[in-house]
Amino acid sequence: MGSLLQVVFDALALGSLYALAALGIALIFGVMRLVNFAHGDVIAFCVFALLWPSTDAVAVVFAGNLPWFLLIPLVLAVGAALSVLSELVVFRRFRRANPATMMIASFALGFVIRYFLLMLYSSRPKSISLLPALSQPIEIFGARIPLLQLITILVTIAVLFGLTAFLRRTRFGLEMRAAAENFTMARMLGVRANRVIMGAFALSGALAGAIALILGSQTGTANITMGANVMLMAFIATVIGGMGSLAGAVIAGFLLGSIATVMQVILPPDARAFRDAFVYGAVILVLIFRPQGLLSARGAKERV
Amino acid sequence: MSLLTLSNVSVRYGRLTAVRGVSFSLAEGEVLFITGPNGAGKSSLLRAIAGVTPPAGGRIDFEGHDITGRAPEDIARLGLSMVPEGRDVFGGLTIEENLLVGTGMHAAERGWRARAASELEAVYATFPILKDRRHAQAGLLSGGQQQMLVIGRALMTNPRLVAIDEPSLGLAPNITDQVYERLIALRAERKLTLLIVEQSSTRAMLVGGRMMLMRGGEILLDGDARALGQSEAMQAAYFGYGEH
Ligand SMILES: Nc1ncnc2c1ncn2[C@@H]1O[C@H](COP(=O)(O)OP(=O)(O)OP(=O)(O)O)[C@@H](O)[C@H]1O
Ligand SMILES: [Mg+2]
Repeated sequence: MGSLLQVVFDALALGSLYALAALGIALIFGVMRLVNFAHGDVIAFCVFALLWPSTDAVAVVFAGNLPWFLLIPLVLAVGAALSVLSELVVFRRFRRANPATMMIASFALGFVIRYFLLMLYSSRPKSISLLPALSQPIEIFGARIPLLQLITILVTIAVLFGLTAFLRRTRFGLEMRAAAENFTMARMLGVRANRVIMGAFALSGALAGAIALILGSQTGTANITMGANVMLMAFIATVIGGMGSLAGAVIAGFLLGSIATVMQVILPPDARAFRDAFVYGAVILVLIFRPQGLLSARGAKERV
Repeated sequence: MSLLTLSNVSVRYGRLTAVRGVSFSLAEGEVLFITGPNGAGKSSLLRAIAGVTPPAGGRIDFEGHDITGRAPEDIARLGLSMVPEGRDVFGGLTIEENLLVGTGMHAAERGWRARAASELEAVYATFPILKDRRHAQAGLLSGGQQQMLVIGRALMTNPRLVAIDEPSLGLAPNITDQVYERLIALRAERKLTLLIVEQSSTRAMLVGGRMMLMRGGEILLDGDARALGQSEAMQAAYFGYGEH
């Protein structure tokens, strides 16, 4: 019972991470048809932003020691700011370009961010302790669940509810949903393209900040490539979910997290190293049977 | 006073020229039909006016502002409302949400929410079917209902000029009649200026007003709809007799 519960929590926590990242990608894809491969590097940037630049293995904390009620908004704001900046400096110039060109631009931006971090911090992973209070386990029905896992899941649920309310209940949310369905038509109704796109980038960047906090607290290290795996899984989740469908991205994120966790448990120990191969195998199966994704986005029409 | 003025406007797609040096003026309160065969450049012209396809040359003025090459949202905010070809409803939004998307352009003004609410009631009074299904997904409406929705949506922002591309496309004749009845009534109520694209001149002759014939990217005829519609020149120009 206890270990089953442990697996459920592992799956939900990993799924939460993938779902948050997939949301960040789907939000931007929805309004711009851009797959932003720099998202993973934005995540890493958010963690490093808490450290003083140095090439030592021991991190010199800059803002990481702030109390949580300052730390959390700061990291979210860093993510949002970097993301909006990348829109202003890079992606705005590619608005009318085709999706492949924009995707390559996002790869390039990702490299720029990564090498910028590399220059300031070197490639050595640094140990940090973010929100240390969260690493204590708590006991639920005989299972020892790390507090962080529980919080990750709760935060994700809160983010999902918050985002849904934002999209359904606010004027800006309405404009974003209209623009995601048919950007040109939304503009003909006076919806400002720049505002909607910047809003999507800001939300996506804040989500990257949230992931940075979770990953940083979970692993206790700051690593330049720390966002890469999450980004890859999130990208796969947005594809399985149906490009641009927010609900699809979230569901697929949780699905991937669950598959990965369950594989880890049921695969024979010798095969565990190949877990990801099995996960990707499952992805291929999904795409064979539903090439348009689990929930395909409605009327993914012309952008801008 | 003229509300909309086009001077020598052309539209190009790569090497293809869809609109060649079109000039005309539209007075406030006027109804103008642009007719012409497939590929005449009617939709391209409308999209150029709305800022969706910026013109390759020429100049467009609306209400005293030079709107050539301006963004579609800026043009919409000046009071030019466009209903494009093919009923672009936001299928995943409810009918009411569809209607409300455009009202945000007045968000900086005082009392805009109250005005949006009363516009909503006005549109519902015009098209009661929309009110009955206000919380249904717009994608589930029939073609005729979607046409009413996009016209209602264009009216929600209280525009000066409404440009509609083929309101009768794919509609049963009696539904088209209804849509036009509403449009004409609204025009009288609100002193709207209408710019309507239709392939055939039948509708223009029924409704009356001004009519232009477009073919090969150019305006060939311009005059009173009823007089033009019956003329032989119209037939000849529409089908291009005696040109080959
Ligand atoms: N996006 C586009 N890219 C390239 N060519 C286009 C595009 N849109 C229209 N065209 C071309 O421009 C010309 C004019 O097309 P347009 O749609 O303006 O005609 P139309 O008068 O609206 O025709 P219809 O009555 O069939 O709607 C056509 O030759 C068409 O093929
Ligand atoms: Mg057309």
